[in-house]
This record gives sequence, C-alpha cells and structure tokens, in this order.
Amino acid sequence: MYNGWKILLGLIIFLAVATFPFYSNIGKATVKPEPKIDTPVINELKEKKCVESKEFMKAEHMQLLNDWRDSAVRDGNRIYVAQDGEKYTISLQNTCMKCHSNKKEFCDKCHNYAGAKPYCWDCHIAPKEAKK
Amino acid sequence: MAKLPTPDELSKINYKPPEKRWVNTPAEFKDGFWCFGTRPKYLQAVDMPNPREWKPIEDDWKLPENWKEIFLEGFAERLKKYRSFRLFMDICVRCGACADKCHFFLGTGDPKNMPVLRAELLRSVYRNYFTTSGKLLGKLAGAREITFDVLRELWYYAFQCTECRRCSVFCPYGIDTAEITIICRELLNLLGLNTDWTMGPVANCYRTGNHLGLEPHTIKSIIESMVEDIETITGIKIEPTFNRKGAEILFITPSGDLFGDPGTYTCMGYMMLFHELGLNYTWSTLAAEGGNFGLFTSNEMAKKLAYKIYAEAKRLKVKWILGGECGHMWRVWNQYLETWHGPTDFLETPVSPITGTKFDYTSSLKAVHIAEFTADLIKHGKLNLNPSRNDYLKVTFHDSCNTARGMGIFEEPRHIIRNVCNHFYEMPENTIREQTFCCGSGSGLNAGENMELRMRGGFPRANAVKHVHKHYGINMLANICAIDRAALKPLMDYWVPGVEVCGVHELVGNALVMKGEKERTTTLRSEPLPEKEAKENV
Amino acid sequence: MGALFSFVMVILLVLLAYAGIKAANLQIFFGVVIPYAAILTFLLGFVYRMLKWSTSPVPFRIPTTCGQQKSLPWVKQNKIENPSTALGATVRMILEVFLFRSLFRNTKAELRDGRLGYGSSKWLWLGSLAFHVSFFTISFRHLRLFLQPVPSPVHFVETLDGFLQIGAPTFLITGSILLLAALFLLLRRFLLPTIRYISLPADYFPLFLIIAIASTGILMRYFLKIDVVSVKELTMGLVSLNPMIPEKIDVIFYIHLFLISVLLAYFPFSKLMHMGGVFLSPTRNLSNNNRMVRHINPWNYPVKARTYEEYEDEFREKMKNAGIPVEKE
Repeated sequence: MYNGWKILLGLIIFLAVATFPFYSNIGKATVKPEPKIDTPVINELKEKKCVESKEFMKAEHMQLLNDWRDSAVRDGNRIYVAQDGEKYTISLQNTCMKCHSNKKEFCDKCHNYAGAKPYCWDCHIAPKEAKK
Repeated sequence: MAKLPTPDELSKINYKPPEKRWVNTPAEFKDGFWCFGTRPKYLQAVDMPNPREWKPIEDDWKLPENWKEIFLEGFAERLKKYRSFRLFMDICVRCGACADKCHFFLGTGDPKNMPVLRAELLRSVYRNYFTTSGKLLGKLAGAREITFDVLRELWYYAFQCTECRRCSVFCPYGIDTAEITIICRELLNLLGLNTDWTMGPVANCYRTGNHLGLEPHTIKSIIESMVEDIETITGIKIEPTFNRKGAEILFITPSGDLFGDPGTYTCMGYMMLFHELGLNYTWSTLAAEGGNFGLFTSNEMAKKLAYKIYAEAKRLKVKWILGGECGHMWRVWNQYLETWHGPTDFLETPVSPITGTKFDYTSSLKAVHIAEFTADLIKHGKLNLNPSRNDYLKVTFHDSCNTARGMGIFEEPRHIIRNVCNHFYEMPENTIREQTFCCGSGSGLNAGENMELRMRGGFPRANAVKHVHKHYGINMLANICAIDRAALKPLMDYWVPGVEVCGVHELVGNALVMKGEKERTTTLRSEPLPEKEAKENV
Repeated sequence: MGALFSFVMVILLVLLAYAGIKAANLQIFFGVVIPYAAILTFLLGFVYRMLKWSTSPVPFRIPTTCGQQKSLPWVKQNKIENPSTALGATVRMILEVFLFRSLFRNTKAELRDGRLGYGSSKWLWLGSLAFHVSFFTISFRHLRLFLQPVPSPVHFVETLDGFLQIGAPTFLITGSILLLAALFLLLRRFLLPTIRYISLPADYFPLFLIIAIASTGILMRYFLKIDVVSVKELTMGLVSLNPMIPEKIDVIFYIHLFLISVLLAYFPFSKLMHMGGVFLSPTRNLSNNNRMVRHINPWNYPVKARTYEEYEDEFREKMKNAGIPVEKE
C-alpha cells in the first residue's frame, strides 16, 4: 500500500459519513408517531369525520390547505364543497383548528417525525394549548 | 512514399464519426500515417526483444508464439507498477471533454484519435482480462480480447499520439493519455514493435551518447565549425572546452542543436552568450544529448539513456548542470531524472556566477534551464542587448508541450524574447501556454514516411501561426525545443510559407552586443542584416 | 444499441420490483434484504477498489502543469495550477473536486473555411456541476428519513431547496435539476455524434437508472403522495438494525428503493468510482516540486547503462587524435 495513511484517512472519513445514520441510531427503538384526535370538540362530535375521508386527508391535506389558502386569500371564496356535498367554511383557524386544537399532539407529531416544516404558522397564529 | 495532399485538400476535415461502431472497425493503415518498423540491428544494439525484419503493412509481424501471454503479463505488471495506469484504465466516464482537444483528432477527424477513444482501445483489453464486469459481461461491458487486429490498431494509434498532454489539461480527472500511450508503447516494445525512426536514435544514443550517433571527435569538429562561423560574423574567436574536469558548469543540450538548421543557430547563440559571460563551463562528448528517445520506447530504456547525465557531471566534477532548449529533455529531467539516478549529493545548488542568483527551486535536481538562466541575466541587466538587430523579425512564441504541461516554463522565454526583439506577438490564447498545440511530430514521430500525419497533427498549431502571420505579419516562430525546430520548419513551409523557425537563443545571439565585436553585417544565419543592407545600397 | 439495452435493463428493474411487491408480496425482500445487501456491497466494494488502487505506487511525480512554474523570484508563479507546495496542490484538488476546474476550461473547436476556432463551451461543466450538486443535496435531504430527531442542517438545506415556496408539499428545486441535468447528459450522448460514438452501455445505464430514481422520487412526493410516516418507519428500521415492514406503503416506494439499491451495488464495479478515483489522480494531486525534492520510486531498480569507461574504450584513439582529454592514456 502506497500513500497508505492518506488513503486510509480518506476511507475512514468516507465510511464515517456513509454509515452515520447507522451508528447514530443503533439500538434506538423507533416510535411511530400517533397523532391524537382526543380534543374536547372532537370528543363531543356525534359523527367523527373531517371535511374529507381519513385516507384523503392523510395524503392530500397539504394540497387541500394550499388550495384553501389560494381560494380564500386570492379569490375571496370562503366556501368549500366537500366530495360528499357538505359545505365548510374555508379557515385554518376556525375550521381545522376548531376540532384539531391540539397542534402539538396532532400536526407536529408527524411533521416533526418526517422532518416536514410547513410554513402555515409563518402567517397564522398557532392555537394556545393548555399545558399538560 | 505517399503523395502529400495540398493544404487545401488536407484542411477539409470531417469530424463526424462513421455509423459503424469502432470495435467492429479494424484499423486501416493509411499511407503517410505510419512509420516504418524498426530494423533488427537497433533492437539488438540495446538488447530489446524480438529483433527481426518486419513491415507494419504486412500481415505477418513475426511475433513470438506466445505474444498474447507476453502482452498480458506486461499489462498486469504495469498495472501493479503505475497507479496512474490502473486509475486511468478505471475512472474515465467518457464525457468527451478531451475529444476535440487533440491535435491529431483536429487534423485527421479520425475518431480513434480522440484521446478518450485512443485510451479505450487499450481499456477494452483491460476490461476483458482485468475487471470483474469485463470477465462476466464481455462485449456488453465494452471488453474485447487481444487479437492481432487489436494489436495492429494499438500500434497504429500509439504512434499517432505525441504524448503532449493537452487532453490531460481538460480532463476532469486529469487522465493523461500520454501515460497511457507511454505504457502502450512499452507493451508493444515487449514484442519488438517500435518504429525505425525512434529505435535508431535510441541505439545511437546508447553507443555514442547522442541520437545522431555523432562520435566524440565529430562533435568537437561540428562545434569548432560553429566557432568559425561565429568568428566570421562577430570577429570574436571563442574557445569551448570538451570533457574538461573541474569546470563549474556542465552544459547539455539536445544533439539536434549540433546538426541541421535552425538548431545550429540556437547553439551558436548559447556559445556566444557563454563566451560573453566568461562562463566556466564544459561540453561532455558523452552527455552531448539531453533528448531521450528512450521516453518513447520504455521507462527502462529512457532510464538507461539518462544515466550519462549525472554520471558525467560526477566524473567531470562540475558544480551544476545547465540545460539547453529542449522539450522532452526537460520533461524527462523534471519528472524522471532524479528519481531514476539521484540523489545528487555530489553537485551543488546552482548559483549564477554572473548575478549571484541562487536557483533554490532546483536545489535537488541541480539543473537550470537556459531560459531561466538568461532571463535572470537580463533581469539583472548583465547583458548588452541591441534588439533592433532583430527588427526585421516579427516573432511569436510556440510553447513546447513538454515544457508547458510537464514543467510550466512560460514566462522565462517570453521575458527573453521581449528584451531581444522589438516585435513580439502572442498567438490566440487557446493555442498557447498550457493550452499549446503540439508541433505534430513529437515523441519520435518526426520521420519522413508519415509526413501526412505530421502535417495533419501540426494543423492546429500552424493554423494559429497563420492567424498571427495574417494579422501581424509574423515571420518568425520562436520556441525552446529541438524537435520543434526540426519539425515546425516543414510544417510552416507546408501551411504558412514565409514563416521561419528559430530557438530563443538564436534571437539572443543576434541581439547580444559582445565586447570587442566587429560591426555585424549578417545575422547568425549569415544572411545580411536587412537594415545594414539598406544603408549600403544608399 | 448501448442506450436501448440500458433503457430496457432499467425498465426491467422497475417491473421486477413492481411484480415482486404486487404479485409476490416480497416486501421483506425488496424492503430489507436487498437494501442491506446493496449498502454492504457499496461500502465494501468502494473500500476494496480504493485499496486496490493504493497497492499500485506512484513511481514518478507527474502533475499536469497548467500555469507558470515556481522559478525565479520575480516570475509570478501560478500557485494553484502549478503548485509547488502541498497547500497549493490541496487547493487545486478542492477546486477540481467541488468546482470541476478542469471541465471549466472546456472549449469547442470549430473548423470554418480551413480555419480552426475555439469557443468557450461551458455547458458540459454547468450540466455536470448541476447534476452532482443536486444529487448531493438530495442525498443530504434524505437524511430526514434516517435520523430522529431530524437535525437542523437537514431542515436548513430543505428550506433552501424549497426557497421558491411553490405548492404543498413544497416544491424542491434540486429534484428537477437532477432530472434535467441527467436528461441533458443523456441527450449529449444521443445528439453529439462524437460522444455517441464513444458511449458504452456502461455510460447509458447509470444515467437511465438515475433518471428513473429521480422520476420515482418526484412521483412519490408530488403526485402519488405516499405515506412518509410509514416510509420513515421502514427506513428507521433499516438504520437502527431493527428492520420492519410497515403496512400500506405504495409500490412506487419499493421501486424507488430497489433502483437506489441497484445503483449502490453497481457503483463499485463501474465508472462511478471516479468519485473516489479523482482524489488519487497523480496528474492533479501532486505538487510540481520535482526540482526541489527528489521523488522516490519504490520499485526503482538498477539498469545496465553504457558507462564512460566503455565509451572511452571504444573511442579513445579518436578522442586523443581530436585533442579531447581522456581518462586512460
């Protein structure tokens, strides 16, 4: 082996970087986030349903919120007609957060886990939550 | 010999490759493109393998029975010896940046002259025998067996590369086709497949110390005839010494400077300069050759031929070595010489006896390039120069590939030229300094039988000269390389008639006002000085 | 033909993963076994190749000098393009590795009416730099799937990447740049006759593979909107060595993962090793201090050369007659 220490040093750096996710996680149990829907408002609902189906909301809520923003802010339209025909007021704070008043236990759970950082709260005021 | 096409015909070049894939296209040997095979006597003279009469154009190359084995064993050995080789076989991504950087591709349009493809010729063989993917996937992985057709192709194209390294400047990984060509030629030499034009000088050089085969007394008489010419021109008699022990400096220059114009004028320039300085130097009749055609043969041969340099310096008890204007000599000195034959503890770090400048940057090699030496003299105002004697010249400077990309000597010769000439113009920037174009005849290709190849290979260089010839009236192409001086002359006659070729120290010799000289009426070429002529005619 | 073959290969790989999940329910195979095998092949293969190169010495110091050498004190040296110190060579390497210095020099030669001209040609440089930088950025962003909690540099890079603030999930520009740059590199190989002539299947295959990887990634994020939480469960399982297969991850994810695995496993056996190789290139990583420091060749061996004694023996009489001094009278 020639220029051994330089090449070995390079390889050690390479391996340290490439395997970083492994050794920094080894033995750690991963906990899948469970967003909570046990707010008082939701608990009082007779029929526990969101504006759209759970599956739709899971995959498309970001798109829906984006559309809502455009619709309300740019077009002045504050009525959303859901797929089942029901009408909702387009409002993050008054519609979404009315039920999901627990941002930390609901939104942030998955967002933090997946490393998603939506910029909703750059403009909107986050709901004040009671400390547990 | 093949008839040379006219420049007009030759400059119509088609760069579009054919439809048929290159692997399925065996090399077609075109007249005027290849050099004669080496004669057996040259190989015998230096104990190289497989000496026999052979003709590259014929189908029987009289190879040894086990030639494939020899070739592949040599291949394996060199992969172990050279990281450059193994790496350059492995990491090319075929981005094609090198393609139109090669003067041979630009001059021939032959796709196998793209550096990437020239290397692929050998890489395909490498893949077949030395890589897992090649062994498993064969053709799919771009691998191919070594067959006689492949060998012919390797030979044909290994001698269409001048090892100039221009492609290496542009390669994102610094892949140097020169390294690949050098090793490819080594492999070919294991089978006795060199060219006569390379091998002759090698054999000569081994016996007499110089490529031309000049014996010691001949060297002396050649130099003495130059001394007479100098006396005729300047009225000054200079007295060079040969094999003199105890001189301060050993002067070594390529033997091309001793034989044939315009090299001899450069040599006269050196000697006039040394005389004017009163330099305590000597010639060695054995080390009367800095050039090294061994470099175009094999590492071992180059090393053998370079042995005399330090050996003579030691024997003659000089303090340091001064090297003349030569391209590949300086590449060899800069990259190989001391690794081969060092350390040089019997020499001293060179110091200019005139200016006192200590050449620290060569404290280990202990050899100074004459352009560095002279530039230092001029900078210190030690020379009485009359640049107007060169006023009839409009000069441009050709950077030699070897000193440009194997060393990096750019400013020193330019500083000299600016001080000895009043009319100096640069060629376009993509054709000078590290991007300089080869003369087309380097690395042992300056034979006669491959003249079309040489004119094609020199096309990009000639084209740049033509540009400055047209715009500034350039009539002199200066350089610091003996092969350039020999090769650029026919190149200019072919492409840009009216442009002469000279070494930088010929210009120095012309401008140098020597103590006690008579009024000069001619140049070093013994041609009347134009202004003097004009005055006399009044 | 090389292109078609490579294209078909990549399509087959996609179909293989699709069928494996949809028809054979091989989630564990494609989600755990293959990724582990690929990572192991990549790491061991990469190290092996580097060590293999390291076993060949650098017998001679052969930097390609692209600027003025160090010589007389008043001559301005180009300390980077013709370095005489380790520092200079290091800077040269940094410029080469991170900014593709040599490629930046690229020119295009054109022959018109017997005259050669050289135009600046930066497209290849731009395309490959865009390709590599976006590839690196995307890989770095993916750390969000392998680390918990997600470190702030990863968020920072993603914020930069999404600076356009278009749509939700936020449009990340590097994904598209990677795809476009890879398509550019591919189109070069199709459209430029000389480049097409030199291209091998080994040149097309990684491009098609990377295009497929980028496309499936873009599909997942913006169009099919797969369940990232479940994906992260799987990826965290892999890196914490507690592999598990969450329910209901769309097949597109398995295709994406499989293609990446193929890329990783293919890496050490291919030209992609230029990633490690570039650091070892003797024409770039050495300083041109040959005349100051003797370079040692570990296999330097003595050769039989012509000595002065032999020379004098042959020419003694001629030398004496010519008045050239000799050792033995």
